[in-house]
Amino acid sequence: MTRSLTLRAAIVSVAIFVLFITAWHLATRGTGDVAQMDPEYAKLMGVTATQGKSAMPGPLDVGRKLWEHLNQPFYDKGPNDKGVGIQLAYSLARVLTGYFIAVLVAIPVGFLIGMSPLMSRALDPFIQILKPISPLAWMPLALYTIKDSSLSAIFVIFICSVWPMLINTAFGVSAVRKEWLNVARTLEVGPIRRAFTVILPAAAPTILTGMRISIGIAWLVIVAAEMLVGGTGIGYFVWNEWNNLSIVNVINAILLIGLVGMVLDQILAYCAKLVTFPE
Amino acid sequence: MPDNFISIEGITKRYPAPTGADTTIFENLWLGMERGEFVCVIGHSGCGKTTVLNVLAGLDLPSEGAVIVDGQAIEGPSLDRAVIFQGHSLLPWRTVMGNVAYAVTSKWRKWRSAQVQAHAQKFIDLVGLTGSEHKRPSELSGGMKQRVGIARALSIEPKIMLMDEPFSALDALTRGTLQDEVRRICQETGQTVFMITHDVDEAIYLADRIVLMTNGPGAVLAEIVESPLPKARARTDFHKHPLYYAVRNHIIDFLVERSRTFTKMTPDFDPRHVPVVRPGLAEPQVVAGNDAPSSSSLPGRRDSGETRQSIAKV
Repeated sequence: MTRSLTLRAAIVSVAIFVLFITAWHLATRGTGDVAQMDPEYAKLMGVTATQGKSAMPGPLDVGRKLWEHLNQPFYDKGPNDKGVGIQLAYSLARVLTGYFIAVLVAIPVGFLIGMSPLMSRALDPFIQILKPISPLAWMPLALYTIKDSSLSAIFVIFICSVWPMLINTAFGVSAVRKEWLNVARTLEVGPIRRAFTVILPAAAPTILTGMRISIGIAWLVIVAAEMLVGGTGIGYFVWNEWNNLSIVNVINAILLIGLVGMVLDQILAYCAKLVTFPE
Repeated sequence: MPDNFISIEGITKRYPAPTGADTTIFENLWLGMERGEFVCVIGHSGCGKTTVLNVLAGLDLPSEGAVIVDGQAIEGPSLDRAVIFQGHSLLPWRTVMGNVAYAVTSKWRKWRSAQVQAHAQKFIDLVGLTGSEHKRPSELSGGMKQRVGIARALSIEPKIMLMDEPFSALDALTRGTLQDEVRRICQETGQTVFMITHDVDEAIYLADRIVLMTNGPGAVLAEIVESPLPKARARTDFHKHPLYYAVRNHIIDFLVERSRTFTKMTPDFDPRHVPVVRPGLAEPQVVAGNDAPSSSSLPGRRDSGETRQSIAKV
């Protein structure tokens, strides 16, 4: 039954994909009116004006360009012409740096909040106010204080990924079952050993859920952050190609952003599965 | 005066009520237990049985009074006192071996892992779980989980076992088997056991003495029933003992009627001298006052000899 369900779902997925590609292909195939013009002027106007071809690329154009990118992902021909692999690597490096700094801050602080009702209440107003701030709103302040655009982007990633982890860790730690804590108490387990042998494993699934939400948000935010700070990264690539009016490259970048985001999410999902325990 | 291994001395538990006045869960409980004794506590829900056990475990503090174990007042949880919780409370991310080994390493921190494993294995074998060492709690049946809990408690070689309705969540057949094993293990190891139960037959089968508590709030320790059954008793015929029904009826009468009315009917009740009852073929007789623990930490509460005599005369 499950196997046939998987199979049927796959068939429907493929059908939707084919339908979408076909519609896209048909929609961008048509040619519009061609105006008579001076050949020199026509060169400036491009194919849209001279041949009536749509500026929106079709799936075949995108596929061809994607193949090019995948064949040569790491070329570097100067600041405005780098392979898409290099751009993605820059973005990933920023995301992972900001994200791991956030992990180092959020999990210990989350433990503190989860274990101490006093700190929980004391820090709550700050968290409530800071949490809803759009990470990009921090950007000017970061640029002014850090004075380095790349570090500012990392800071923005840090600030956006810290909250879900912090809140989930605090919740996971405070919700550890009393009976498990009592087991540790009757065995005279010290506070540090208790934190690592009872609270951490018990809260790990909740913490990992927070980490999974955070990596998703971080990957969303990096594109916008790099459009602002410029220089390198997949976000900068998208904006640069928009300035080049290369819709083919923009669509390719969108596709790759989606793929990388999915991979990051799947890695965290796998990690979450490792620490989840059945009850 | 018996040499009291465990001595509960006038413990009271109060919780602040929202209205301002405190709610008293139980009041002024006195009880002495000898080494190697098996005591069951029976009472209705809400009489504070679990709180008494938590106080003995050191997980909860009494509002008044103290508990002395082996000459030392309880100040917190200790590896000398193992608790078998009502829910099995195993750590679900650890295997059977992992759960028992966790307790073993908590007691003997410097042991090497091979030594820990061997020690844990001994107790896993003892409760009959050989072959399931690498299963996680979610893969075990309710009875098997409770066995792991028992193995974990025994593995730290405690002086006292505290059990909070350990078998209440099990089916009748599994419960019977586990009762037999707990009885066997406790006799072999000479454990002192304090067990809470709802099940009258379980109490009669397992206990040397059965402590009856009145209904809460303000619960008191009303009576101690001495089991007339011999130490060597078997599940197959303990209910055929001539005094079995006398004991059973006495306890059930208490639970049905007297647990509710006891405080009203006995205004001159002296909590330091709880009547000891040994049901016989005739009507049950109070045979003696339960002497209050000798090693009293509360000199202010020392009583006069008069009350003891008057109870003994009843």
